[in-house]
Amino acid sequence: MADGTIAAPRAPDFAGQRANSLQRFSRRRSTIAFLMTLPLLAVVVGLIAYPAAYGIYLSLLNRRMTEFAGLLNYEILFDSDTFWNVAWQSCIFAITAVLAKALIGFWLAHMLHDIPAKGQRKWRGMLLIPWVIPPALSTLGWWWMFDPTYSSINYVLSIFAIPAVSWLGEPNWARTAVIIVNVWYGAPFFMIMYLAALKSVPEQLYEAAAIDGASSWQRLRFVTLPMMANIISITVLFSLIVTFANYDIVRVLTNGGPRDLTHVFASYAFQVGILSGNIPRGAAVSLFMLPLLAICAFFVLRGVTRRNKEQM
Amino acid sequence: MAQVSLRKLVKAYEGGVQAVKGIDLEIADHEFVVLVGPSGCGKSTTLRMIAGLEEITSGDIAIGGTLVNDIPPRDRDIAMVFQNYALYPHMSVFDNMAFGLTLRKFPKAEIKRRVDEAARILDIGMLLDRKPKALSGGQRQRVAMGRAIVRDPKVFLFDEPLSNLDAKLRVQMRTEIKKVHQTVKTTTVYVTHDQIEAMTLADRVVVMNHGVIEQVGAPQELYHHPATRFVAGFIGSPAMNFSPARLEGDAHALRVVLPNGTALPVPSHRAARYAPFVGRPILVGLRPEHLTDKKPTDKRNIADFPAIPEVIEPMGMETLVHFWMDGHEISARLDPTCPVSVGVPIVLAADMDQMHIIDPATDKVL
Amino acid sequence: MSATIAKSASIYSRAGSLASERRWALWIAYISLIFAAVIFLAPPVYMFMTSLKTSAEIANMTGSPWGVTSPTLDNYQVLLTNATFLRFFLNSAIITVCVVVITMVISILAAFALARMRFWGSQFLATGVFLTYLVPDTLLFIPLYQIVGGLGLLNSIWGLILVYPTLTVPFCTWIMIGYFASIPKELDEAALIDGATWPQMLIKIFIPVAMPGIIAATIFAFTVSWAAFVYPTAFVTTPENMPLTIGVVSQLVRADTYAWGQIMAGALLAALPPVILYAFLMDYYIAGLTAGATKG
Repeated sequence: MADGTIAAPRAPDFAGQRANSLQRFSRRRSTIAFLMTLPLLAVVVGLIAYPAAYGIYLSLLNRRMTEFAGLLNYEILFDSDTFWNVAWQSCIFAITAVLAKALIGFWLAHMLHDIPAKGQRKWRGMLLIPWVIPPALSTLGWWWMFDPTYSSINYVLSIFAIPAVSWLGEPNWARTAVIIVNVWYGAPFFMIMYLAALKSVPEQLYEAAAIDGASSWQRLRFVTLPMMANIISITVLFSLIVTFANYDIVRVLTNGGPRDLTHVFASYAFQVGILSGNIPRGAAVSLFMLPLLAICAFFVLRGVTRRNKEQM
Repeated sequence: MAQVSLRKLVKAYEGGVQAVKGIDLEIADHEFVVLVGPSGCGKSTTLRMIAGLEEITSGDIAIGGTLVNDIPPRDRDIAMVFQNYALYPHMSVFDNMAFGLTLRKFPKAEIKRRVDEAARILDIGMLLDRKPKALSGGQRQRVAMGRAIVRDPKVFLFDEPLSNLDAKLRVQMRTEIKKVHQTVKTTTVYVTHDQIEAMTLADRVVVMNHGVIEQVGAPQELYHHPATRFVAGFIGSPAMNFSPARLEGDAHALRVVLPNGTALPVPSHRAARYAPFVGRPILVGLRPEHLTDKKPTDKRNIADFPAIPEVIEPMGMETLVHFWMDGHEISARLDPTCPVSVGVPIVLAADMDQMHIIDPATDKVL
Repeated sequence: MSATIAKSASIYSRAGSLASERRWALWIAYISLIFAAVIFLAPPVYMFMTSLKTSAEIANMTGSPWGVTSPTLDNYQVLLTNATFLRFFLNSAIITVCVVVITMVISILAAFALARMRFWGSQFLATGVFLTYLVPDTLLFIPLYQIVGGLGLLNSIWGLILVYPTLTVPFCTWIMIGYFASIPKELDEAALIDGATWPQMLIKIFIPVAMPGIIAATIFAFTVSWAAFVYPTAFVTTPENMPLTIGVVSQLVRADTYAWGQIMAGALLAALPPVILYAFLMDYYIAGLTAGATKG
């Protein structure tokens, strides 16, 4: 096997020349890499991990933050009707809004996908506008549209002979209003994500399915949905987190009213912690978001890793 | 002086998988050496260790007499051409070629002189202002080579540089690479899985398999005197025919007896070499080009080889005939004028001077 | 003969039904899109209409609130000469520019190291970055309020500049990792052989090649810090330190009789920078939006 290998004259022995510079080179690489990630680490640890831990600590203090109060804040919250209202409202709000966003987004993405490609860009650009305007500002517009006296929405309804609605005065309508605004703001995001996913399904798959005799419903059921399942779940879970933790819309539209019935965790925590100055209890309220967020985050991460593996 | 020496070179990955299992190789100055083998044979890993892109597990690499084991790629004075060319997409052709020199702080005029010279050799002078995106595959390939040439390094490393080109362009660029090497004469290590590329380009071919070197030699030597069954089967296209057989007779009249009973007489000058294997199972190897139609003027050591064609492939300049013998496919290359048809028995001529006998126990060619 | 004619006739009729099916699908698509566009654009259009009206016209209940009879730019003129409003604008601009620069420096450096220079814990850190992206601002604003207060940075734009990176850095790092990872490995090997050091490789190869990703991440950082609402609402109470979002919401909406025309004009002006950015760089904007899920 090695008979023919040493054809050229034997070079001198190199044992004496060993320098460890390649090892140094790779060690230096690690050091540089670590230094480059240091600012990121500072943000992640200093501004996210540490505050999270500090928040847990705060929630265990008494109101004046002078002494350790154990789980007192949590117990008080559990005993308060307002808190249970908030918890209930947060869940209803997040689930309804995300479901509506997902369905509308899915529908619009399909419709966009159906029209000729050269018009798609224009429509897509137009339909994404709600997502581009800072939500606190667009909600101001909605607030004005829901105004009890001058509501332009009620004006439109009156054309169809529908009686005026007390949008922000009546609790259930106020809840609906908050959901409408959130769906209006978030549906375009779903649309864009689904459209990107739709475009990534290879055309040949549809052609093959059509030749195999699949109806358009069957193509949706057996080609589109399985191919998009991962991105749908990632988007839904991600949106669930963001919607559940929403603050801007509630703050601007209802500020929690009427009678604290539209508060979600974030706005209630703000009211208790910042406005009423009860920092520990406010921290306790916002920490209630953590379990649900952790569950969603776990599944998002799993979906993302799975997606990465598929693409490799 | 830029010879390259590999000594007991080993590359092991985590988990103990060895990609390269201790190879020795001396590459002389100005030599064009091709590492060839199937994918996963360790040829690319070897090249990347020479480049310094992979760390060496054990063993030594020296370039121009200097041990480079621990020297980072940029200080090894090498240049490399990649399979996907790895041109910097945001730079013009000129900047792509000049990049290495700019980083080494060469004076502007010198850079321009070198790039122009390389562009002249490669005939890409009119492309210097373009971006890689605006180039065809062959042009990108030339730029990638130009980037190597301007550096005037001790060693050129080529990693499957022609694999991304279409068949026609590949043949053209092969000639181009050979021409460039004849002009600049830089020591070259070239990796490919294509044995034709290896044969046509190399001063010496290194055949690798499973992380070891099977054989090193000039192209003709590998073709005529393969050392192992692997080399015999790997070099040459269509591949060599193999069939189990037995050696019968004595030192004066040896015969190779095939499973179907065909007996092929062994040329007398080889008889002594094969004598110890009489009566033992062996593997006989014969290239399709040495199994041909009978010609009346033949002066070679010819043996009759009856066959019944099963598949016939007319190629124009020749006709390939395939048939199966005891489950082993045998191919023959016939003159296109020779009348053959499927199912009609013919008698072929086996050139026994070109036959190889392999010991199945060691896979060595005897 | 007659059979073949019948057969071909049925083929034609099938082809006709396929075409009409497609035409129907197209109709449904356009109707849905027009309907969605009307609803999606109604609030900003209505805001714009209101912003062109005088208070008297707004209070006038006769006629459609969606139209405008005597358009005027008075509301805009009042705002653009209002020092407080201009102060909001300046604050937002300073904060956003600082945050974008800080974010991009942090995330490009980190993404390069995480995508290319494998080191101990790099995989763990990359996952960690993604996780922190999932932590919403409303979970952290109370402890951050205490921390920023402890540093004496409440009621200051510097406090906001300090905390805004929590909103931008994780996502930007995440999508930059995706963009850097999509650069073929041979490119850095070629650069390594050409003699580039790690910093040179980043500056001369990675940043130019990943420019679309960098633009997308920059747009993201810009939009997020411009639209940030929770932190300024919690940390800033004096008007001269407010950015636009909370400025418009809290300062223009005050007295008992709302100056609706002015509020709408203010909201639209405040929304203008991200909308303009979107109008010009829509493709990058969308690429950045989808990159988070499709790349990572």
